[in-house]
Amino acid sequence: MSPLLLRRVIKPALFALCLLPFAAVLWRLFGIGGATLGANPIERIQDTFGQWGLRFLLITLAVTPLRDWFHAVWLIHLRRMLGLFAFFYVLMHFLTWLILDQGLYWSGVLEDITRRPFITIGFAALVLLVPLAVTSTHGMMRRLGRRWKSLHRLVYAIALLGIWHYYWQVKADVREPLIYLAIALVLLGWRAWKAWVAPALRRRTAAASGAPLQARRASE
Amino acid sequence: MLIKRPQPGYSARIQPSEITPESVYLDRRRLLQAAIAAGTLAAGPAWPETRRPALAPLSFERNARFSTDETPNSYEDITTYNNFYEFGTSKGDPAANSGRFEPAPWTVTISGEAEITGTFALEDLLKPHPLEERIYRLRCVEAWSMVIPWVGVPLGAVLSRFKPTSRAKYVAFKSVHRPEQMPGQRYPVLKWPYVEGLRIDEAMHPLSLLVVGLYGKTLPNQNGAPLRLMSPWKYGFKGIKSIVAIEFTERQPPSSWNLAQPHEYGFYANVNPEVDHPRWSQARERRIGAGLFESRIPTRMFNGYEEEVAHLYRGMDLRKFF
Repeated sequence: MSPLLLRRVIKPALFALCLLPFAAVLWRLFGIGGATLGANPIERIQDTFGQWGLRFLLITLAVTPLRDWFHAVWLIHLRRMLGLFAFFYVLMHFLTWLILDQGLYWSGVLEDITRRPFITIGFAALVLLVPLAVTSTHGMMRRLGRRWKSLHRLVYAIALLGIWHYYWQVKADVREPLIYLAIALVLLGWRAWKAWVAPALRRRTAAASGAPLQARRASE
Repeated sequence: MLIKRPQPGYSARIQPSEITPESVYLDRRRLLQAAIAAGTLAAGPAWPETRRPALAPLSFERNARFSTDETPNSYEDITTYNNFYEFGTSKGDPAANSGRFEPAPWTVTISGEAEITGTFALEDLLKPHPLEERIYRLRCVEAWSMVIPWVGVPLGAVLSRFKPTSRAKYVAFKSVHRPEQMPGQRYPVLKWPYVEGLRIDEAMHPLSLLVVGLYGKTLPNQNGAPLRLMSPWKYGFKGIKSIVAIEFTERQPPSSWNLAQPHEYGFYANVNPEVDHPRWSQARERRIGAGLFESRIPTRMFNGYEEEVAHLYRGMDLRKFF
């Protein structure tokens, strides 16, 4: 992948694509082409943003496995934008709840955040996303060095909190949250496999073939 | 909107002639299918509507005493934003997936602690009772609400005809179970068929309504055709839809949401702003149809029907019997 193609074509196209769910809400909001948000537009907006927040979290988490499976190293260059869109949609989800649904009714907002566990964990996920968004720049990456990677592993927990928030919110039909969970477990499972299981397997194979310790170390 | 005003001395009820015979709408359906097959009709959003039987206008009188003067929600809102898990769990699913449901012919089985029991055609069940229109508030347990012009008959009047015995302490209701026509029933989100119940005094209360119509016409499938319950001081899920069986019982009957999550949904399910759902507040509600920037409105005790029904629960701990 040439850097020019990436910068001039792929990234702008991806940016436009990522904005589509937001644009779709606006189209429906203004009734363009007869589109509508239905009888309960606030709920619809809030759900749409929440769903896309979760989806973008999972899409962001999918970048590393996809790179590994398809040997597409260039995919890593898209990860920051995808992660920031995840933050964007989660933030819009929160703001819709705060401004449109709760109408900035602060005592209710505070009570919900502190006393309703599913809202507490959703809010926690949003708060945890803030430092990741703030430290997403090249400058911050350089400044934080190795700590940047540790910090950004928070996204694993954030994704699980988000799915848990969704699971806890639905009344009875938990099929969709469970689909999100299954996808998250595959994506996180791949990382666990890479970090712990695959090296152990390699060690065992190497030991069985009687390779000297030194060679095994080198191969890892 | 078609409203037939009853003539003086005329007992208002559904005329058999007002119900579209199945053969007629089936013919209509075949005609449309043929037209589409021939490519003469553009497949568009009109299709799911056109294959439904026409909703018949009803003869009824407005019951002003039991009607709120709040502005009713639009027919569009009432028929496209529904919780009817038998047709799917999204709000739009019932409107989208109920086209194949056949609400006629319909029978209701009456059983249990009553002198008269048996299976009755819906027309016979309703025949002696003049239809009334009542504009009720509907408060969903999910903290949204609507104002809906139902058409129906008082439940108590219907039940009395079957002469419940002194052992009839409760009334149990059961919905139809037709997975082939109700795609939501192919997955056990809830235990099917849906069941609900009322205490006998709640059932006999004049506000409890057996609903057969909406906005002056027969009930659309997605709203619980052809027969549903509405006790407006209770959360919407008590208003069981597509009723096929009513049983007088001595013991408190099971109710579907209570079976699914007993600590979240009680048998009584009276609207109460002071008793929160374990996962969300019940203090305020979103009125469907309000503007994007309009705030929630305070939820009223017994959904605003406190004066009429509070005496039913005197001395009861409503936190315990939620």
